[in-house]
Amino acid sequence: MKEDLIRALEEQFVPEYTHPELAPGDTVKVHVRIVEGNRERVQVFQGLVLRIRGRGKQQTFTVRRIASHGIGVERTFLLHSPRVEKIEVVRHAKVRRAKLYYMRERRGKAARLKERRN
Amino acid sequence: MKGIIGRKVGMTQIFDEKGRAVPVTVIEAGPCYVTQIRTQEKDGYTAVQLGFDQVPARKNGQSRLNKPKRGHLNRNGLELPDLRVLREFRVKDIDVEEGETIDASVFEVGDRVDVVGTSKGRGFAGTVKRHGFNRQPKTHGQSDRERAPGSIGATSTPGRVMKGMRMAGRMGGERVTIQNLEVIAVDAEKNLLAVRGSVPGTKGGILLIKPARKRRR
Repeated sequence: MKEDLIRALEEQFVPEYTHPELAPGDTVKVHVRIVEGNRERVQVFQGLVLRIRGRGKQQTFTVRRIASHGIGVERTFLLHSPRVEKIEVVRHAKVRRAKLYYMRERRGKAARLKERRN
Repeated sequence: MKGIIGRKVGMTQIFDEKGRAVPVTVIEAGPCYVTQIRTQEKDGYTAVQLGFDQVPARKNGQSRLNKPKRGHLNRNGLELPDLRVLREFRVKDIDVEEGETIDASVFEVGDRVDVVGTSKGRGFAGTVKRHGFNRQPKTHGQSDRERAPGSIGATSTPGRVMKGMRMAGRMGGERVTIQNLEVIAVDAEKNLLAVRGSVPGTKGGILLIKPARKRRR
């Protein structure tokens, strides 16, 4: 019952979830709204979903992208944040783990994942 | 009369109009009843006594409160429900009457409040946890002294330990006030209040919410 009270409040203040279901191993394009002073623009961050954590409206997901010079960049987003404008799933991969931290040690050919189609 | 008794429900985060995540504590606040008014003439001070948390009656319809408590709620012909918690709020000007109800709508979004609660009991805690002492080295020939307090004074002068020396002991379980929390949401229908940040005590703990004493300009 107590939990319901929290949920009731979240319901009012957190926008409804409209993005596709995510899974670890997905390659996604995340469109993030960025506020610079009073200007607003949308930036796209594309990469591999390394992990999804949390419950309810507090879920976050981490996306890993290989930036220039082969430097890995990870960014964690709040799944229900209104600043996450759009999430596109580019590709699903077949993975056997919920957290893909092992991908951090993989470079080049070793960093490939088998595609999952459904 | 600005003030209410509530119960801590738990924490979550919500998003503000700019899309920023705001950590909030959800409080089930009220409904409260004015159970008694303290006056200068009669009691030597002015305050409003509020009652909160209705206790369900026994199966046979009898009140779970004992007769003195029940009797207090029947003062002056008032027939208030069985309230478990009675607390007084010191106020200068009395603008309520006995028997009146107070709900979460006494506060508005954007108000600053002080929240009083009983902190979580930590039991007999050492100096590291209780007073923030530093740990001692784990290595360099040390043994068994990692969390020891160190010296507690000199030798024969003064030949005793100074009064007030911070040592291990009972920690927590005491009255704590968190000042100047911003009210983020008010839902009078569901009796919910959400304040920015954390609040003392466990989930289910009783909280007093009053207007902030110190206000940042």
